[in-house]
Amino acid sequence: MPNDTNPAGIVRPLVEVDRLAKVYKPGTPPVFEDVSFTIDRGEFICIIGHSGCGKSTILNVLAGLEKASKGNVIMDNLEMTGPGLDRGVVFQSHALMPWMTVEQNIAFAIRSRHPEWSRRRIADHGARFIDLVGLTAAAKKKPSELSGGMKQRVGIARAFAIEPKMLLLDEPFGALDALTRGNIQDELLKICAETEQTVFMITHDVDEAILLADRIFLMSNGPHARIAEMVVNTMPKDRKRETMHHDPRFYAIRNHLVDFLVHRSKTFQAMTATASGQPHVPVIVRPGLEEEESAPAPERGHPPLHIVA
Amino acid sequence: MSDKLALKGAALSFAFLVLILLAWYGATAPSTPPGTAAASSASAEYDALMGKGAAADPDAIKGFPTPMQFAEVAARNLAAPFYDNGPNDKGIGIQLAYSLGRVGLGYLLAMMVAIPLGFAIGMSPLLYRALDPFIQLLRPISPLAWMPIALYTIKDSTVSSIFVIFICSVWPMLVNTAFGVAGVRKDWLNVALTLEVSPLRKAFLVILPAAAPAIITGMRISMGIAWLVIIAAEMLIGGTGIGYFLWNEWNNLSIANVLFAVATIGVVGMILDRAFGLILKKVTYAE
Ligand SMILES: Nc1ncnc2c1ncn2[C@@H]1O[C@H](COP(=O)(O)OP(=O)(O)OP(=O)(O)O)[C@@H](O)[C@H]1O
Ligand SMILES: [Mg+2]
Repeated sequence: MPNDTNPAGIVRPLVEVDRLAKVYKPGTPPVFEDVSFTIDRGEFICIIGHSGCGKSTILNVLAGLEKASKGNVIMDNLEMTGPGLDRGVVFQSHALMPWMTVEQNIAFAIRSRHPEWSRRRIADHGARFIDLVGLTAAAKKKPSELSGGMKQRVGIARAFAIEPKMLLLDEPFGALDALTRGNIQDELLKICAETEQTVFMITHDVDEAILLADRIFLMSNGPHARIAEMVVNTMPKDRKRETMHHDPRFYAIRNHLVDFLVHRSKTFQAMTATASGQPHVPVIVRPGLEEEESAPAPERGHPPLHIVA
Repeated sequence: MSDKLALKGAALSFAFLVLILLAWYGATAPSTPPGTAAASSASAEYDALMGKGAAADPDAIKGFPTPMQFAEVAARNLAAPFYDNGPNDKGIGIQLAYSLGRVGLGYLLAMMVAIPLGFAIGMSPLLYRALDPFIQLLRPISPLAWMPIALYTIKDSTVSSIFVIFICSVWPMLVNTAFGVAGVRKDWLNVALTLEVSPLRKAFLVILPAAAPAIITGMRISMGIAWLVIIAAEMLIGGTGIGYFLWNEWNNLSIANVLFAVATIGVVGMILDRAFGLILKKVTYAE
């Protein structure tokens, strides 16, 4: 991690989220509250939780598309006030402009990022990212002529093409079949490894989270949802989809996550519903490394442990 | 499958056309052998009253023409569309050009007002609320009802008719533009937001194409109404135009020419509508 290698010593995380809460209608209980976390540069975060707990809302706050009712977000030492080109968003509904071709959709994003670039340069830059997601043959097609998976890949290429500091992905692979999903996961891993991309991603797929994430945030059920646990991925960074299930730690993590979703997300809610308003500290868990014991969160930074398998 | 359906439809249309022509012929064919006498006795009497004999001159076809007489009149009108023999005798092409010119001018002015204003209303709920009562009140007024006010204030009949076209074209364009702009998918606007797209670029590259089908539909409705209204307006104010031509031929009791004017109005209206249909097809996107 860059944090470990930086000689300057204290490096602030890329993103610091402090005590976020969201109330949609005044008078109703908050969807979530007391949500605090940090994201380091180059870190891949997955967030898992039951439907309606507020994952998309948190992502939209990070994207600047939604205002939090309480709390604030600091990115790169600056308080975040609105949407911007430093964050690339892949929308759950892909959100491509249907009147533009694949190329034009991506060129539109690149031109927004680099207004001074020549047409040629924009086309070349775009072609690189279209190639990256394997859509060169479909570059001249309109979104309506693409399959769901292809559309989603265009959305990913568009987000990548502006080379943002952070990628925000809202269930990007939810609508894909297993094979396409696997391929894009591999591509995403490859690109992230190459570019040291920071990613914040929502998923419902436990295996996907284990494959991609450095840390997995587990959200309890809403209302009054919180980040109940932060699970550190104890598997080595070079894990592969085909082989990771041979690692005993895979099962330790997987069981822990599934167990949370099935049991603890509810009991956690019952527990915190009574203690609402109290400051809340998520538990950090390293399944497979230590026994599942709870340790309070340190002030900032959670360097994932690197274990040589 | 659909090719076959289209063919069947065309064949049936043709059959209807033949049927209509036959019925027309049956209703108007002279009972006496052709060439010997005039049409009905009533119109013969009228002709006598007017000091004209039953004429072999085709100019003087009175009463309802047979399909052949109509074809003859149409061919004569179309052979010299641009002659100009003074204020009451101009070719059909010149008259059409006057009408289309007025419609074009009024329509263009309406576009220049309705589309930007529709954009503003569609994007600002406040403006929508502020202007909605006026739109609701003004929209149902027959455009011709404005004519006296226009004539009194503008004092020029041509400009008044352009104003009437303006006022009738403005509403469908305005309402449809506002509706289309307000209905642009939140997702696309969010994309523009996260890409920090400038307001102008957003208006032209996101909102305009997204709302284009609604806007063009509004323009199409406006054009249809404008073409309806210009005929009535020209019948009222006189002078030039296809509407005036029609009224003038009615005064001349040349039903054949009246019919020809009616057919021309229909054909031009259809062409205008088809043109907008083609544009609409161009800007419509599949999601
Ligand atoms: N615009 C809104 N107005 C009112 N309530 C909203 C709005 N958007 C979301 N909510 C509520 O906030 C809660 C969280 O919504 P959110 O979309 O963030 O859930 P989620 O965790 O992303 O769910 P899913 O996994 O199904 O996508 C839900 O209970 C939802 O009803
Ligand atoms: Mg969601």
